[in-house]
Amino acid sequence: MRGYAGKFLEVDLSSENIKEIKIGEDVLRQYIGGRGLAAKILWDRLGKQWEDVDPLGPENMLLVLTGPLTGFMPGGRICISGKSPQCNGIVGSTVGGEFPIELKCAGYDGIIFTGVSEKPVYLFIKDSDVDLKDAGHLWGKNARETVLTLIKEWRRDFESRYSRRGLLKEPAMLYIGPAGERMCRTAAVTHKWAHAAGYGGYGAVMGSKKLKAIVVKGTGPLPDVHDMERTVEIHNKIVDAGLRMDLFRRWGTASAGYSTGAESSSEPIMNWQEEWHNEESFGVNEFERFWVKRFWGDYGCPITCLKVAVIKSGPFKGAVTDNPDYENQAYLGTNLGIFKPEGNIYLTALADDLGFCGIQIGNLLGFAAELYQRGILTREDLGGIELKWGDAEAFAALMKLIAERKGIGDILAEGTYRAALKISEIKGVDTLQYAVVSKGIGIGAHGIRSEKDYPHYVSYACSVQGGDHTSVAYIPIDHGGSELAAMIYDSGVFCMFTFFSPETQNLLWDLLESVTGWKITPEEWYNTSARRILHIQRAALLLGGPDIRWNPKIHDDVPKRWYEPLSKGPFSGKAVDGKRMRESINEYYRAVGWDENGVPTSEELRRLGLDDVDEKLEEIRRSLR
Amino acid sequence: MNWLSDKGLIWIYRNYEDCSGCRRCEIACSLKHEGKIWPEASRVRVFMLVPGIEVPHLCVQCYDYPCVEACPVGALSTSKETGAVLTDKDKCIACGKCIEVCPGKVPFIHPTENYAVICDLCGGDPECVKACGKGGWNALQLIRRWGNELDIKLYAKTPEKITKDLTAKLYGEEVAEGV
Repeated sequence: MRGYAGKFLEVDLSSENIKEIKIGEDVLRQYIGGRGLAAKILWDRLGKQWEDVDPLGPENMLLVLTGPLTGFMPGGRICISGKSPQCNGIVGSTVGGEFPIELKCAGYDGIIFTGVSEKPVYLFIKDSDVDLKDAGHLWGKNARETVLTLIKEWRRDFESRYSRRGLLKEPAMLYIGPAGERMCRTAAVTHKWAHAAGYGGYGAVMGSKKLKAIVVKGTGPLPDVHDMERTVEIHNKIVDAGLRMDLFRRWGTASAGYSTGAESSSEPIMNWQEEWHNEESFGVNEFERFWVKRFWGDYGCPITCLKVAVIKSGPFKGAVTDNPDYENQAYLGTNLGIFKPEGNIYLTALADDLGFCGIQIGNLLGFAAELYQRGILTREDLGGIELKWGDAEAFAALMKLIAERKGIGDILAEGTYRAALKISEIKGVDTLQYAVVSKGIGIGAHGIRSEKDYPHYVSYACSVQGGDHTSVAYIPIDHGGSELAAMIYDSGVFCMFTFFSPETQNLLWDLLESVTGWKITPEEWYNTSARRILHIQRAALLLGGPDIRWNPKIHDDVPKRWYEPLSKGPFSGKAVDGKRMRESINEYYRAVGWDENGVPTSEELRRLGLDDVDEKLEEIRRSLR
Repeated sequence: MNWLSDKGLIWIYRNYEDCSGCRRCEIACSLKHEGKIWPEASRVRVFMLVPGIEVPHLCVQCYDYPCVEACPVGALSTSKETGAVLTDKDKCIACGKCIEVCPGKVPFIHPTENYAVICDLCGGDPECVKACGKGGWNALQLIRRWGNELDIKLYAKTPEKITKDLTAKLYGEEVAEGV
């Protein structure tokens, strides 16, 4: 097998047993790696009893998977998966950085965690030297301290063990902050202080397993490939295509904090009560004042769209984060009524430090603020916090309560959807109408009401990853912006931004062949491989459980909020049309081989050899009839 | 000092603040020298002891070449054309003396072979500089040097030292204290 290190680590945290396993070439050719392989592994091991598996219980698994293109496609990422504590299905949640490169250089394509540890531990890997270490001294630490402590400890260790051989670079690490430790469902698996695998809530899964971090140092090369000369040639072409993205390279996604509001009217403002603003104070030029690095990127990336922002004076002094990127600008900015960089940078850095996904925590804070605005949650309910729009310090205070699970924080830590159910019950008011979520996952910061942004009617309603803006349903399904296309970069595993140019999208299949030796055509991908992944994810989502199950007739939809018309800006009056929504959903069902209730058909599943999925879905079909 | 002399010697000037951490220099270097993408075998290695504070670490070609002086088996020599330190892989016994005497702890023993790895300036046309310049980052720049300036040796610092100073400059003293 080429492009793969050839082995995976399986770590049982309950027995502390660590072993190396291999996965057959037939499986890898079909599921590639990352998200695809995660779906396959999870279904094979947990599918039979899926609805009984508690995402935060010992029976859940945590998967950390690279793919064959990781490192060879510029902009390497790694995929985190398991049964999601947000949607109770499978989310392929990716994060960029050096971790996947170090892991492959250590000789592993991925890590499979099972069970739970009795006490806090972290996994340490130096090539074939793999061990679980005590993490007692790290438990409770925020991101900043966790990273610095581990780097210091391991550099000291390397220096004493290998001093005659010279310095090794620092190991790379994935870790959780206090939010993950306390199993907040909005917690992310994080990397490099400001990078997060946010969708899915896998920080909570790591926390449930008492796994504080994974630290890896690999000293070998990336694995051998099928045709190195051709691989380098295509790699360089993709680099050149990335370098041509001039403005995007300079602004990253940070220009969208202004333009998504002002131009496309699709930015969350005060929990999506509006999607239009024209606040020039939120322009990329205003953010640039805080950038100490104008290009920041992960291993091999030519685009380097990230920037490093630092606040050097005033009440938010000492905050360090990336740009913030658009999602964080929107969710920890405009969605909270904040239209200036300082408060936004501060809240983003705080979310990073506590180990939250910026999107999920911003969605949750906005939801809480609207309840406060409407008098449903009072100052007393919020532990004395006056949660006013635009008050960064008030939002920071609530974010800390959530990370600590103190007072109202304990309810909110369950995430927007579950908190809405609970608060509705306590207050006797329907608060679900203010929850802007899809299948329990806070929706990415791109609205559909104006129809001027990239997502469409079915994007979130039919995605197998709920509100994930990086994996949206789309017709035609073989379009570069469809969920089936997302599966190639999430399974590859590499960054979607290197996949933007049509040139790269065409080169991708050649690169896959030159790396693995497998001739996989786009037709094969969209008709078979990606369909298998889609259907397994859909099956897991429909089975859900044990605490929450989704009914496609109710939950294949967008939030109630989006049926309300926009009231400001050039697209005021526009809202989602219910009839058109049902028609679009039905059209999508047909396009991907799902029946009129959104369940993959027997015929489609049997065609793909997913007989066990078909059998398992029979009870769902029956219940929907 | 003759400010105008040009002996044709080159130097890789490093401007750490402009390093994006993309590590395209490591890819270019290891492809050239190893035929593979190999971060720990690259002659230039980007350390990141603090996220966002990336330090491309490579030989500075000190005027007095302590590593060459210290080598007990004469495996290290200097290139007359470029001033680079050259390793004779067959002679090198991987004793680590060159690492010990290097003020920046720059050399290291190859991860799988038994010789000291030191930047050879690619014979005068360094791949890392080309990769860095192509992306417009320019953290590594190829410049002419006058001769064997004493000042250049001052750039031979450990990643820790460079990191600490750069963190203070970019993130402020308070953040740097925790490093």
